[in-house]
Amino acid sequence: MRNVYEDAERAKDKKAALGTDITIENFSSEDINAIDLIDDLSDLSKKDQNTLLSVGVDSNESDRAGSFLQMDQSNIFTSELSDNIELMNTGVALEKYSWLENYIWNAVKPDADKYTAEAAIKEKEDGTFSGYFVRSKPGTKEFFPVQACMFIADTDIMQTAHNIIIAEENSELHLITGCATGDDISSALHVGVSEIYLKPGSKITFTMVHNWAEQVEVRPRTAIKQAENSTYINNYILTSPVNSIQSYPTTYCEGANSKALFQSIISGQKTSNIDMGSRAVLSGYNCSAEAISRAVANDAAKIYARGHIIGDEPEVKGHVECNGLVLSEESSIYAVPILEANSTGLELSHEAAVGKIDEDEIHYLTSRGFTEDEAASMIVRGFLNMDITGLPPILADYTKNVIDMSVKGI
Amino acid sequence: MLLEIENLAVEVEGKQVLKDVNLSIAEGETHVLLGPNGAGKSTLFLTILGFPKYNITQGSIKFKGKDITNLPTSERVSMGMGVSFQNPPAIRGITVKDLLKYESGQSEDEDLNPRMRELANKLKFSEEFLNRDVNFGFSGGEVKRSEILQLLAQQPDFTMFDEPDSGVDIENVELLAEELNVILDKQKRIKQRKRSGLLITHLGYILNFVKADKAHVLMNGEIVCSGNPDEILLEIRKNGFTGCVNCAQCL
Ligand SMILES: Nc1ncnc2c1ncn2[C@@H]1O[C@H](COP(=O)(O)OP(=O)(O)OP(=O)(O)O)[C@@H](O)[C@H]1O
Ligand SMILES: [Mg+2]
Repeated sequence: MRNVYEDAERAKDKKAALGTDITIENFSSEDINAIDLIDDLSDLSKKDQNTLLSVGVDSNESDRAGSFLQMDQSNIFTSELSDNIELMNTGVALEKYSWLENYIWNAVKPDADKYTAEAAIKEKEDGTFSGYFVRSKPGTKEFFPVQACMFIADTDIMQTAHNIIIAEENSELHLITGCATGDDISSALHVGVSEIYLKPGSKITFTMVHNWAEQVEVRPRTAIKQAENSTYINNYILTSPVNSIQSYPTTYCEGANSKALFQSIISGQKTSNIDMGSRAVLSGYNCSAEAISRAVANDAAKIYARGHIIGDEPEVKGHVECNGLVLSEESSIYAVPILEANSTGLELSHEAAVGKIDEDEIHYLTSRGFTEDEAASMIVRGFLNMDITGLPPILADYTKNVIDMSVKGI
Repeated sequence: MLLEIENLAVEVEGKQVLKDVNLSIAEGETHVLLGPNGAGKSTLFLTILGFPKYNITQGSIKFKGKDITNLPTSERVSMGMGVSFQNPPAIRGITVKDLLKYESGQSEDEDLNPRMRELANKLKFSEEFLNRDVNFGFSGGEVKRSEILQLLAQQPDFTMFDEPDSGVDIENVELLAEELNVILDKQKRIKQRKRSGLLITHLGYILNFVKADKAHVLMNGEIVCSGNPDEILLEIRKNGFTGCVNCAQCL
């Protein structure tokens, strides 16, 4: 992996194309063994357990195929509760499987920007990897989701994670990733690199719930590679304040008949600067992708909702949908759908609507007895509470609850 | 009087739409408001309901003896007013069932009560339909039936219907009319009727199934004639609305 570090060194000062620029030097790096292991997720404080629950991570581990918890830089808990999956720290996995080298820094490039570069350099300095490795075994269909949690407990730190997710041939894998912060985190930086690989005929659902503190900077870097007949479903939910987040997960539908669906629910609070996109590169025969987002801007939040579909082959299909509600004078939403057609006979479309709450809708509800304020918050909840499709029933119910919970809290 | 409107003048977006409207509806009575397109029927309806866009420049509205001229819509509704709209908006993420629960006084987490389920059935609504976003992709007839179902949940003392029969086929008009009669206490003897209503219609087809006690004709924002519904309808059918203006029988 020598090239990785050379590339990373060169990209150390390369600003990201999007999002506010973060001075990485302002954050301190943590030791990978700084925090002691725990025997059980219920050993965490009640408060932390509740925080985990708010991002979909259940400390009882009921109806789960396994759990992974990284606190700051330390992997303090891992459990494998199903024979269908393997779940462990990425560093541990690399020692176990030498072939894993082929998957590291393959979908995501270390020199993409200074955040990926920093993550790679830190791996070299530490001599190991943080983050999780999860793999579903060939032909298995694990019904219960794996839950992974990235938790920031110490203030002013930079947390990095390098996650590798592999669905082997004809397998099905469901993941819930929750990211959250402890109580008194005045500032922190999270850089999460996730590389997701779908083998032929496999399916992954990746549901991510974020609940950061107000001063946290978040820079996830995610790329997905899809082989033929695979299905990837990405759900993203953010309803609490954050200082800034910028993310643009990209899937490469390389295999024929592969499908991708991105669904994002974003409620911007306070002075959050949120730049969330979904990108699909359709280069396999008969591939399709959809990117759907619902965004609500409150207070002085600024939201960029991006969707980008690139069609490189005939017969591919793509659709981008960005809907936004602007609820205050100081907030703003920029809906940026981009379609790129590099071939003939393909079908790409987009739909974007941004505005305030429709007065007729408010009045309709007041005529049923709701006050104007009740009507407005009900409409916002309804708008965000979109039906997340593609999840198995248990996870669908669970996700619905998480959305209900976070939307009610707004 | 349940509803008393005196000398009402209303402006919408700076334009005068209603002038000198006087209308009283007693407990247990159903009145019908007739008039050509653009006469101001919906405007009167939405003014009584209290929508902010309708600016009352003169006169007053009393409901149950209380002056409600400046009361917000939601408070009028809690006092016992109910409405069905001509063209209600679709709202994403709010289902018919969500509204029915609220309207029948249930909490969000409860299952819809058996009475409402039975009524939904009667109005030919399936469980799947109740879970649909309200008015989203509904056919014309479905919109009207959903409005009536919501009123059955609310059980208001005074109900206004704006064109409940427009865009509804004959079979469904009869079905709707049956429920309108329930909402308006028509199955009770005249003296025992408590609930009242105001029906808005161009042509009065629904009046073949729902009997009104009194009719009013609104033209150019003024009530030009009030009286026996059958006689007024006959006159309109014979001589049109203009004939009605000159009619001696009226008032
Ligand atoms: N929001 C508005 N802005 C401007 N003018 C309006 C508005 N609402 C109503 N009007 C005008 O007021 C007049 C009365 O309209 P209204 O909708 O009350 O008529 P209507 O009797 O209900 O007609 P219809 O039988 O077609 O339903 C019309 O000339 C209409 O254009
Ligand atoms: Mg009208």
